[in-house]
Amino acid sequence: MSVNRDQRVDLEVVANLIPPQSRVLDVGSGDGSLLELLQDTKQVDGRGLELSQRGVNECVARGLSVIQGDADKDLEFYPDKGFDFVVLSQTLQATRNPKLVLDELLRIGNRAIVSFPNFGHWRVRLSLFIQGRMPVTKDLPYSWYDTPNIHFCTIRDFVNLCDELGATVEKATALDANGQKIGLSMPWWFWNFFGQQAVFLLKR
Amino acid sequence: MAVLRARKTNNEADQPSSPVLRFGSDKPLKLDAGTLLSPFQIAYQTYGTLNDARSNAILVCHALTGDQHVASTNPVTGKPGWWEVLIGPGKIIDTNRFFVICSNVIGGCLGSTGPASTNPATGKPYGLDLPIITIRDMVRAQQMLIDHFGIEKLFCVLGGSMGGMQVLEWASSYPERVFSALPIATGARHSSQNIAFHEVGRQAVMADPDWHGGKYFEHGKRPEKGLAVARMAAHITYLSEAALHRKFGRNLQDREALTFGFDADFQIESYLRHQGMTFVDRFDANSYLYMTRSMDYFDLAADHGGRLADAFAGTKTRFCLVSFTSDWLFPTEESRSIVHALNAAGASVSFVEIETDRGHDAFLLDEPELFAAINGFIGSAARARGLTS
Repeated sequence: MSVNRDQRVDLEVVANLIPPQSRVLDVGSGDGSLLELLQDTKQVDGRGLELSQRGVNECVARGLSVIQGDADKDLEFYPDKGFDFVVLSQTLQATRNPKLVLDELLRIGNRAIVSFPNFGHWRVRLSLFIQGRMPVTKDLPYSWYDTPNIHFCTIRDFVNLCDELGATVEKATALDANGQKIGLSMPWWFWNFFGQQAVFLLKR
Repeated sequence: MAVLRARKTNNEADQPSSPVLRFGSDKPLKLDAGTLLSPFQIAYQTYGTLNDARSNAILVCHALTGDQHVASTNPVTGKPGWWEVLIGPGKIIDTNRFFVICSNVIGGCLGSTGPASTNPATGKPYGLDLPIITIRDMVRAQQMLIDHFGIEKLFCVLGGSMGGMQVLEWASSYPERVFSALPIATGARHSSQNIAFHEVGRQAVMADPDWHGGKYFEHGKRPEKGLAVARMAAHITYLSEAALHRKFGRNLQDREALTFGFDADFQIESYLRHQGMTFVDRFDANSYLYMTRSMDYFDLAADHGGRLADAFAGTKTRFCLVSFTSDWLFPTEESRSIVHALNAAGASVSFVEIETDRGHDAFLLDEPELFAAINGFIGSAARARGLTS
């Protein structure tokens, strides 16, 4: 939805976290890439919620079960624990109330999978530190005035929010600029510095 | 010509030119009004072939003034079927692949029992002696037709507007018999504004002296003026301001200047008059009263303790809803509230809103995005149902 589609290296990481035949809700399903991947490779019972009408119509034309809706407003209509997994990929930073959205994800799904661009990445820090300007990178191609991404956070920020919401981090993965996983043995500060994107598997 | 057609319509009520299924006194239709309708009949059309597993049947539900002739020439008007743009050999709903059934609703006037049908108790047309018919009554009758074909589970039930109401009723009343449901440009209840428009139409019919308290056939008359006015008013609600302006603007009809009289100076007036006049040739006035009433009475949530989600509790049916941006009769919010209820019920649901200025009637027109959505939904449902292409 808000990040360059070609750069969605996180999709496979997300897909690998989901066992076959799961019930999955993809919040911010975009053009349906993840849902289609999950249906083809994992035979999941997949549903999508997408803000842009164009994205929804494309998804439905491709045979995916997707509705137009807003993560900030429409999650309340889903029942408790209605899904095995609720996925929010590259969308959290574009929501108006990320805390509420994350809370809803943990209510609706037995597990929540959240991926987001890490604002603590060294390139971002460098841009601010050296140039004194908001970063515009391959992954985050928008200028400050036209970006849909209104709530950036760092990996550390996100871990703090999970603590606040009483969510357990079952698994976390950070991807570097080349889409390679950063070694598990590395400490948080290392992830926060070199991770360009992060994928979290949460439970509450 | 109009008189000939009128007679033809009347004949179609008892002896339709399409197949008809007659139910005797052993199989009455239980009506929501609290009475039994018996005997009664359902006129229908089918297209394509039912497969051996009886798993490829699609039921099409028609709208307010529609009929069973969905994909073949209408015997009264001589015009193509009302949804031939969508249904037929090689079309989006491919009759080489699916067995398509469409029946005239109970209360209609093209062969299913309705106010123009002969009341066996009197030998005269029912008129207003026919009990009020509800959407649920229509669906109950359709279910008896489906039983007749030995079809346990319909692959898909689809329809727009009043047809969409029937789709929702089907999915709610017989969830185990509906594999997929496609309600288009519809609502789970008729809004106050929509009831208001219908009431204007009914009052126009009843104000026509030729209506004779509903017994016009016995007087050799038909309330054509009243019904035409009803249709003119209703027709405006099927379009949108933008589409009217695009099509007609303030253009004058066959004249250079205003006539300073009450002739149809404007093209839009002439157009509406034509719509009204052609409608009375093909439709029965009392049937129009019954059809509009059935929609007014429809309130699916009220039938389930006021909670729409309870109408779909535990459903396994796959849903796809479609609305149009310029539809002010059934605005997108109506579809969205159904979607929210289906979400709450944990149902599988897709929802597409299509950008168009063609208003409510868009569902009957050549709308590529509508067709893409239907194609995608039907295709994936067919794969899930194990139907090969």
